[in-house]
Amino acid sequence: MAIGVRTQDLRKVYSAAPPPGAGGGFIARADAKGGKQPKAEIPALDGLSLEILPGEIFGLLGPNGAGKSTTVGVLTTRVRPTSGQAWIGEHEVWKEQARVKHLIGVVPQRPNLDFSLTAREILIFHAAYFGIGSRLRNERADALLEKFKLTERAQQMVRGFSGGMMQRLSIARAMMHDPQVLFLDEPSAGLDPQTRILLWEIIREYHQAGRTVLLTTHNMEEADALCQRLAIIDHGHVIALGTSAQLKASIPGGFLVRLRFGKQTADLLQRLRSLAGVREVRALDSAGDGDGTDVYADRGGSLIPEIANLAANAGAELSDVHISEPSLENLFLHHTGRSLRD
Amino acid sequence: MNWKTFAAMLARDAQVARRNAIQLVLQTFLQPLLFVFIFGKVMVGSGYLPPEYKSLLLPGIIAISMVFTGIWAVAMPLIAEFQWTHEIEDRLLAPIGVAWIAVEKVIAGMLQALVAGLVVIPLAWLVLRPGIEISIASPLTFAAILVLIATFSACGGLALGCSINQQHIGLMFGMVITPMIFFGCAYYPWSALKTFPLMQKLVLINPLVYASEGMRATLVPQFPHLPVTAVLAALIFFDVLLLAVGLRQFDKKAVG
Repeated sequence: MAIGVRTQDLRKVYSAAPPPGAGGGFIARADAKGGKQPKAEIPALDGLSLEILPGEIFGLLGPNGAGKSTTVGVLTTRVRPTSGQAWIGEHEVWKEQARVKHLIGVVPQRPNLDFSLTAREILIFHAAYFGIGSRLRNERADALLEKFKLTERAQQMVRGFSGGMMQRLSIARAMMHDPQVLFLDEPSAGLDPQTRILLWEIIREYHQAGRTVLLTTHNMEEADALCQRLAIIDHGHVIALGTSAQLKASIPGGFLVRLRFGKQTADLLQRLRSLAGVREVRALDSAGDGDGTDVYADRGGSLIPEIANLAANAGAELSDVHISEPSLENLFLHHTGRSLRD
Repeated sequence: MNWKTFAAMLARDAQVARRNAIQLVLQTFLQPLLFVFIFGKVMVGSGYLPPEYKSLLLPGIIAISMVFTGIWAVAMPLIAEFQWTHEIEDRLLAPIGVAWIAVEKVIAGMLQALVAGLVVIPLAWLVLRPGIEISIASPLTFAAILVLIATFSACGGLALGCSINQQHIGLMFGMVITPMIFFGCAYYPWSALKTFPLMQKLVLINPLVYASEGMRATLVPQFPHLPVTAVLAALIFFDVLLLAVGLRQFDKKAVG
């Protein structure tokens, strides 16, 4: 029976430690009081509420610093929330940590493999931490090494492994105790396309076995290809939620035409709005030469001649045109005014 | 508390120790043996130090070996694992309370410290003999002091390992470890500081003093030493204090 994941109004505020030397002592003082510098408070999660259904592949999408990893950290007992609650199935994460740890498997963003052990030992000891008996853990380790194409390197120390091999082993390790919920934080960052496809297949297969998967990504293609539902998060809260198709349909028109004019007048913007198929026109206060305008419309290329005509009549030289087809990237832009890669 | 998880983490540390056995042996025994050789053999043999110095030196060497093995065994891996390799994260996700992971580190460090102490005794005795007079009048007190020393060294390693940044390891040696060794009464009895009364009082904040004096009291009681009850009380105090500080620091490092 698959289990779900839920968070209620999660908040997390980090207090930035003063830079080394600023506090004086060389002992790290996590709560240095009366220091010269006031501590900077950085809100990472700002009232994040989510419900991930049992047995779905759910994606958290957002730019760097949006709060994706902090969300995963709170759900996996690694980050204590400032306020709010989180549940894995029926178990509240911060009240039943040991129980929750049994139910979850975690693939971290940066590799944290045990460098003092061989690849096979990493899997074996991981299973032993979860109280899995000797015979079963040996069988599982061999099966996973085979599946992740690591059998040949099983007896080697992982220090010399490539990034892709470490990532594969991290995922194998997370699956050793057969968790009900698998968390993957930026699983395909830095992977070559081949390994990425292998990874996607494995995630799908794990999901088909009735498991819940939560992954974070800032890769549209990955979110599109894998996730049944997505939450777009920015500045620590959910700004859009739904299936990939639903989210895309929520963008006015779907197409985004980004324009840049030598001179941009209110009259020109008004005329753009009156073109057939145009749903929304947004003037951007961008720095640099010329002014940017985002046009959301239900057609792309066929709009360009009309726009060029309008611009010529208004005496505003069109200096740049970029057309994007309906995508999550556009959705993110529409909600936040920023690109996912910013 | 999950015993299977705890035992598996101990087994992991044992496996790593087995793999690094040669390095561990050199790290633990080379320095005390060199010390014993220079001070106990060369200096005494050439008449610069009286022959009795050998017996005075041995308990101090045992104390120092245990204390630094324990501190090292816990602190160095923790510094690397928390700040560099992050490899402890796998254990932080094991189904057990976070504090138990710190306790496991302490137990592993204690075991290493005890092995260091119990191996240095015969080794140093072999190098120093003949003319060394040790007698264990009360094996129970001796064992208790050994365990208390192992505990404070491992707990001290936990507190240091979770408080010090990687780039400050050098400073840790200069500002914590070196003064601790020189003011730890390992190479001289505490009573020898009576000509420096202020210093004699100040060094009492150094737990190594009680380790050295405790070993002296139980192995070579013919030399001046602090009373055994004072040693036991002080060691228990430092064990509890350092464990509390260590657990607090560990929790801060472990949970963001």
